Amino acid sequence: MPLIELKDVVGGYGGAPILNGVNIAIETSDIGVIVGPNGAGKSTSLKAIFGLVKVSSGSIVFNGREIENSLPDKLVPQGLSFVPQEKNVFTSMTCEENLEMGAFIRRDDFSDTLAMVYDMFPPVKEKRHQKAGELSGGQRQMVAMGRALMSQPKLLLLDEPSAGLSPRYVIEIFETVVRINKAGVGILMVEQNARQALAFASKGFVLANGQNRFTGTGAELIADPEVAKSFLGG
Amino acid sequence: MDQLVFFINQVLISGAVLGSVYALGAIGITLIFGILRFAHFAHGDMMTMGAFIAFVLAGLLAAAGLSVPFLPTGFVVLPVALVITAAIALGIDKLFYAPLRKRGAKPVTLLIASIGVTMMIQGLIRLFFGVNTRSFFETEPKRIVRINTSWIGSGRDITFTQPELLMVILTIILVLVLHLFLSRTRLGKAMRAMSDNADLAQVSGINTALVVRVTWIIAGGLACCAGTMLALDVSLTPDLAFNIILPIFAAAIVGGLGQAYGAIAGGFLLGFAETLAVFDWSVLLRPLQPWLPFKVVSGLALVPTEYKLTVSFVILVIVLLARPTGIFKGAST
Repeated sequence: MPLIELKDVVGGYGGAPILNGVNIAIETSDIGVIVGPNGAGKSTSLKAIFGLVKVSSGSIVFNGREIENSLPDKLVPQGLSFVPQEKNVFTSMTCEENLEMGAFIRRDDFSDTLAMVYDMFPPVKEKRHQKAGELSGGQRQMVAMGRALMSQPKLLLLDEPSAGLSPRYVIEIFETVVRINKAGVGILMVEQNARQALAFASKGFVLANGQNRFTGTGAELIADPEVAKSFLGG
Repeated sequence: MDQLVFFINQVLISGAVLGSVYALGAIGITLIFGILRFAHFAHGDMMTMGAFIAFVLAGLLAAAGLSVPFLPTGFVVLPVALVITAAIALGIDKLFYAPLRKRGAKPVTLLIASIGVTMMIQGLIRLFFGVNTRSFFETEPKRIVRINTSWIGSGRDITFTQPELLMVILTIILVLVLHLFLSRTRLGKAMRAMSDNADLAQVSGINTALVVRVTWIIAGGLACCAGTMLALDVSLTPDLAFNIILPIFAAAIVGGLGQAYGAIAGGFLLGFAETLAVFDWSVLLRPLQPWLPFKVVSGLALVPTEYKLTVSFVILVIVLLARPTGIFKGAST
């Protein structure tokens, strides 16, 4: 049984549906990457999983439980974490406080997780008493991912983690994603840097007009001449 | 030295007392704005309501023949009045504001609703207590503290009432407790997080409904303290705090909406500014007459006393021109 499975998900913000039958399935060991043109419903698919977009038909099963239209405060304790694309840190709070907020649902001692996150992101440890709003874009992204890891998720949803970052940071973020995955966290991310992201994805989903157009391993999608021509810029 | 003591009595003590009331009120307004994104116009009446609750409790205690030595009964019952006011604040939210929020009402709709709550609270108070001015000190004396200043060569005493002293001490304690709560506790940090970025707070799994409840408890409790202390200092009327709701809003905005520390700073800034503006400076200047090139006439206040409240708005305009989001960089919407 997959860690998460979306079956024919239809949904949107109330008006005409943005998702017209999205199918996604990934395992804990997977790095799943959703690519596609603007307006294809990539980010909307992540938001549908996280209860931020209304699902009108289809099902979302996470870890054996149906979760469609559940709110985040129910989903986070079940092992889902989401890093939004924008405004993904508490700018007026210190980095450490940002991480603590990620652990809000936990009533146990989370100092181990904190140490693990600091290990993964040394610049965040260095600036832990500095306000997150004062950090650079790449460092903010690290705080945002660290915050999402503090609840010890089984599945991490990342909405364009490399958006707006310099090429050096893009590689660094992708390498971090692989490290998080190796530590036993399933990854489902939306990426604009499609070719780069598919290169290390174990599963790729090409969406267009709110539907799957191609599904396969990252390598298969890159090798497919039709995908390359239409979605990866030749 | 008489003049200096006069200055201390008229400006420093009055300013600290007024600043305390403004600060306690403005903290509530700024917290509610930070979490729920609307201007809670009924906050002044929540203060008045808290004072009337304390008044009833003090009356009950007095009727039972109970009193505590050295402390005004109105102050002794404050912890109980605070709990009741906080509970009513929660009830008002559940009855009036929460249903509107659920339907996705705009902030201006909530503001209008809170004006309705203002009228309702004022109406209820007048219904039960009439429009008369009441005092907490009908059955017990209001103690006055005098500090002899002959050691600095003054014939005047530094004078303040016991409620004034208690008010300033209580404000300092409440501000410290609030600071520890916001900076050290899980819930306090969650409150700051939600005020900073409500969407991200929700995504992080923070129980936002709980944060909203805590906000009303704190805002209601502080409103009760501010209202009761104000009523102990002056007297109790149904429009006690409604009269000062606008400068309290000004204090919250000057400090930066959503910023608790800003509200404290804004409250004291406006409190001192108002007392400084109405102070008759000729008192301090007259002893310096031999060295001054002009004649010191009496009545050298910057503004007449009846225009005291306008001082807050002049400062509000100046601060917003220089720093559009307030001293502590609050929300701009």
